Amino acid sequence: MSRRLPWGPMARLTGRRILFAVPVLAAVTFGVFAIAAASPFDPVKAYAGTAGLTASQHNLDQLRANLGVDQALPARWWDWLTSALTGDLGDSAVLRQPVAEVIGERLGWSVLLATTAFLIAIVLGTLLGVLAARRQGGWLDRAVTSLAYTLEAAPPFWLGLLAVWLFSLELGVLPAGGLTDTGTTTVTAGQVASHLVLPAGVLAVSQLPWFVLYVRQGVGDALDEDPVRGARARGLAPRTVLFGHALRSGTLPVLTLIGSRVPELITGALLVETVFSWPGIAAATVQAATSVDFPLLAALTVLATLAVLAGNWAADLLYGVADPRVGFDG
Amino acid sequence: MADQNLDWRTRGARRRSTRTWRVRSSAAIVALVVLAVLLVPPLTNLDQQAVDLTAKLQPPSWAHPFGTDDVGRDLLLRCVYGLRVSLLVGVVAAVVATVIGTAVGALSGALGGWADRAVMRVVDTFSSVPHLLLGIFVVAMFRPGVWPVVVSVGLTHWLSTARIVRAEVLSLRSRPYVDAAISGGASRRRVTVRHLLPGVLPQAALAAVLMVPHAIWHESALSFLGLGLPAHQASLGTLVQSARGSLLAGDWWPTLFPGLFIIVPTLAVAGLGGAWRERLDPRRRSELTL
Repeated sequence: MSRRLPWGPMARLTGRRILFAVPVLAAVTFGVFAIAAASPFDPVKAYAGTAGLTASQHNLDQLRANLGVDQALPARWWDWLTSALTGDLGDSAVLRQPVAEVIGERLGWSVLLATTAFLIAIVLGTLLGVLAARRQGGWLDRAVTSLAYTLEAAPPFWLGLLAVWLFSLELGVLPAGGLTDTGTTTVTAGQVASHLVLPAGVLAVSQLPWFVLYVRQGVGDALDEDPVRGARARGLAPRTVLFGHALRSGTLPVLTLIGSRVPELITGALLVETVFSWPGIAAATVQAATSVDFPLLAALTVLATLAVLAGNWAADLLYGVADPRVGFDG
Repeated sequence: MADQNLDWRTRGARRRSTRTWRVRSSAAIVALVVLAVLLVPPLTNLDQQAVDLTAKLQPPSWAHPFGTDDVGRDLLLRCVYGLRVSLLVGVVAAVVATVIGTAVGALSGALGGWADRAVMRVVDTFSSVPHLLLGIFVVAMFRPGVWPVVVSVGLTHWLSTARIVRAEVLSLRSRPYVDAAISGGASRRRVTVRHLLPGVLPQAALAAVLMVPHAIWHESALSFLGLGLPAHQASLGTLVQSARGSLLAGDWWPTLFPGLFIIVPTLAVAGLGGAWRERLDPRRRSELTL
């Protein structure tokens, strides 16, 4: 594209999104605190554990004041928010680490997993989508479409477990989980790569149906459009028409919308990371939930919301760049 | 690649017959599922919890078509009971989500103006949190029990229904019969209840039906993560979760069959829902929708 990018409208869109993100994040964090306050969960008892059963009421009250949970809901929320803005997210009880440290250590592994999975899904999804769109209603189309719907209905954790059974137990070619082999202390690129194959593959397969169906739809519609008819009428080879004309106009919108898939990606990662004991942020979320580790759970919910907002912003920006008719009004 | 490969107009009779076949088999599967779930427990006195330690982890056979689990319980029976629990949770959660979604969407569309904008901002805020994550959060704070699961699935799934219903109300509002009612002096409330709501009910009902597999998927994910239903109310997700140990020992059947019990009914409901949607709105190109 030699066209100049419309920097002004893009910057305005970004500014509006940042302004929108502030109330959304405030509402989400407040909602998180309100849900916790309404629940029967008591942070003091959780903190004290079995010692809480024998502790005196005075000590428990002291603890309640130390943890700051004797305050009203808005005050607690405000305290958390202001210290979060200075980088202090509290301490995780289950991982026995500051929350910020947990995120710092694990975010990279999750990003690696998600990026690899997305790349696999894009390549495979475009390929299958184009093959299906080439002759809609043909046997290949029907096979690919059925496969896509079946995979969409299949729970990712189930696919993950079956993949472990097939590739780790029956064939013995890939490790069943973790980041490195048990017993090794250093993290090498080769180890990580071999441990990445199964989780990334399963996460990719769980994201695949969307790509396949949208590329199929996009390319199929593009085959009906005037530029493609014109190209065909000029006598260009079918292959050139398919890849040079239909694929370009059919897949560009799909590729730009990848950002809006972040919620589904997070959902998939929550399940896949747990199945494969991947040391990422999503597995930590599940751990935080099962042991009701509120500081960690609250921070990770906010982080996920930020990721979703960023994904939507990227999608709208790219979509506007790819298709100038859309503009940047959103 | 020959020229006719680019001819996309090979639809027609073959496609139509495929579609009829798909709808019929979907209907048959849904009927079978409903019958099995409703009739097997009261009509048979088979005990799904019956432990038989002499027959543990047997591969599928004529006596046990799906095999047995690690304490010798029949997996076919366990799957039917699991489906019963999952379906019950799924239907109740879908009803909760549809009632919230229809109420919010209809109110937003009927009121219009700043109230509509405010409500849609709330919907946007809700959709910024990934569903499963919000569900995990709610269940973690309120577990254990069935209600936290139902509420968490219901609370996270009303957004799409609200959007559909609002769009439908907005399009109905510009119809002549609504104008006629308003100029005839009908109150805003009467117009909403008598003219707008009945118009959106088919769409809302379709959304509710398509929501059931979603809700089951969601519930099974929560149960698999250990945050769902307690063990004595085993759902399909619980079955997959408890089969993990056997799977790592190489026994695949306790994992495979509960998963198929999620996938096959989901596809059947989606097939029926697609046919229904086509009937509601024939202009829209027919697609299976999940």
